[in-house]
Amino acid sequence: MATKSNNQKGWFFVLPVVALVAFNALIPLMTVVNYSVQETFGNNQFFWEGITWFADVLASERLQASLGRQLFFTGTILIIEIPLGIAIALAMPKKGVWVSVCLVLMALPLLIPWNVVGAMWNIFALPDIGLLGRMINGLGFDYNFTQNPTAAWLTTILMDVWHWTSLVVLLSYAGLTSIPDAYYQAAKIDGAGSWAVFRHIQLPKMKRVLTIAILLRFMDSFMIYTEPFVLTGGGPGNTTTFLSIDLVKIALGQFDLGPAAAMSLIYFLVVLLLSWLFYTLMMKNEDQ
Amino acid sequence: MAVIRLKDIRHSYAANPKEGADWALKQMDVEWQDGGAYALLGPSGCGKTTLLNIISGLLTPSHGDVWFDNLNVTSQPADTRNIAQVFQFPVVYDTMSVYDNLAFPLRNRKIDEKIIDIRVHDIARMLDLEHRLKERASGLTADGKQKISLGRGLVREDVNAILFDEPLTVIDPHLKWQLRSKLKELHGRVGATMIYVTHDQTEALTFADQVVVMYDGQVVQIGTPIELFEQPKHTFVGHFIGSPGMNVLQCQLDQGKAIVAGHQIAVVNTLAAPDQLTEIGVRPEFIKFSKNGMAVDIVKVNDVGRHSIVESKMGDHDLKIMVPEGQPIPSDGAHVIFDTAYTGFYVDGWLQERD
Repeated sequence: MATKSNNQKGWFFVLPVVALVAFNALIPLMTVVNYSVQETFGNNQFFWEGITWFADVLASERLQASLGRQLFFTGTILIIEIPLGIAIALAMPKKGVWVSVCLVLMALPLLIPWNVVGAMWNIFALPDIGLLGRMINGLGFDYNFTQNPTAAWLTTILMDVWHWTSLVVLLSYAGLTSIPDAYYQAAKIDGAGSWAVFRHIQLPKMKRVLTIAILLRFMDSFMIYTEPFVLTGGGPGNTTTFLSIDLVKIALGQFDLGPAAAMSLIYFLVVLLLSWLFYTLMMKNEDQ
Repeated sequence: MAVIRLKDIRHSYAANPKEGADWALKQMDVEWQDGGAYALLGPSGCGKTTLLNIISGLLTPSHGDVWFDNLNVTSQPADTRNIAQVFQFPVVYDTMSVYDNLAFPLRNRKIDEKIIDIRVHDIARMLDLEHRLKERASGLTADGKQKISLGRGLVREDVNAILFDEPLTVIDPHLKWQLRSKLKELHGRVGATMIYVTHDQTEALTFADQVVVMYDGQVVQIGTPIELFEQPKHTFVGHFIGSPGMNVLQCQLDQGKAIVAGHQIAVVNTLAAPDQLTEIGVRPEFIKFSKNGMAVDIVKVNDVGRHSIVESKMGDHDLKIMVPEGQPIPSDGAHVIFDTAYTGFYVDGWLQERD
């Protein structure tokens, strides 16, 4: 084995990145840490509080409830978007002019700013003037997402599925098109049916991109703010108040910086922990 | 087991083929004898893979029929034809063990697990994979994976033919030899027809009893390696087989005599229409220096071991001459004669038969 050369000059090259990360992540994060263990009444006066805020936040029923809603929301959209995304990707043409048409159509929702998506769906789903809302009511269902929690949830989930399934589709499609033809030909000769082809060729070959897709969708949906905020404002009541909406209410609505900071850190750790767990589990078998 | 006949096969990937270039396979009538070892030799893009896929049923030809013995299988799908195909890049099912990979074609055909177990072990023993059956297939090296691909074909009983599509491309050179001898050995043991696609003439000549040379979408010659060497039916075969390839000299016809650079060349048959391309083909091995013959100017002598290759000019034509070790090479005023038995007259690339 070659001996490692000891070259301290290497640090010099890493310095720009370290500085960049420090300014855009570490220093802001440390500010949050700073707030989370102190109490302030303005005038730049701070009082040490220790872990009080963390204990408060963890014990708070309100936050437990929004965490529950958040988990339910993320779980639901993952269960819908991942299989749906794979199914659409499988149904997309593999060559010809329609490929570009499909890709552009699929990419469109991803290009729309989040608050516009919220506003679009808000108007689209309004029971009196919205196309969707009017239609559902016209069919005889009592649908009003501004008043009925179930309708609010359905609309929020539908909006997210509309906005983000494309991402899963595009990633899955990229995974699918990278499978060499020989695999399909061999499967044909081996007498494999379409389920066997999916189970033993397509799904394993898509594993990496799907891992990325699930991670991205998990993180994004777990931190979702703008779209439901514009669509429902967290209501009716607080039935669609997700973690980040609650966080903003505490931090900017009530200006409780201490609890808000503590909650941010817990929030951050939950996302980090779940992502790490998922990724480790998915990649466990890779090296064998 | 069956004789495979291709009758009047033509294939085009274009929807409405018009010109000659649209056809990946032009006219083709070939019969593959049961149990034969064939090599399909030709440059990239000449239609070798297309031909294989037509035999295995992955492609349906635009025109013509595929017969297995007395059965027309043209419209039969690949999985019912009992054809095994090994591709250029090894195909294994990553998530499965070696055992499950080998069992896969049988399980898809709903065969009893007990029979599967016996077959899988038989094949694994044949391919020296027995000690690795429990491992995950994705962990094997390229040659191991290629053995699995082959095994998935062999595991089915009554395999009519095994088709190899440049199977050694991704294999390390020192393992190529081993795997190739393994294939030869298997051919002896299994007795199935083997068709082996390659663009490497050494590979083709060592593997096969019969070599099928393809060029530009058609079969130009089928024959034993000796036949291809001594009687190339097409100038392409002359070029492609042999090292160096055959000398191809454009010639004029003068009252039924073939003239190259002012010399009359003795060939048997010189029938050609005036607008056709006429050529004389003679291998470097069949040209000898002689006191009285055709004058050549020697340009360069390459010593390549057991013989020398003399590059010379006969008029405007390049002429390569092979001289065995120890024989003198005249320094100037050299004259050569062609061995009449191995000098061919080619019209538009095709050898005129000596009838």
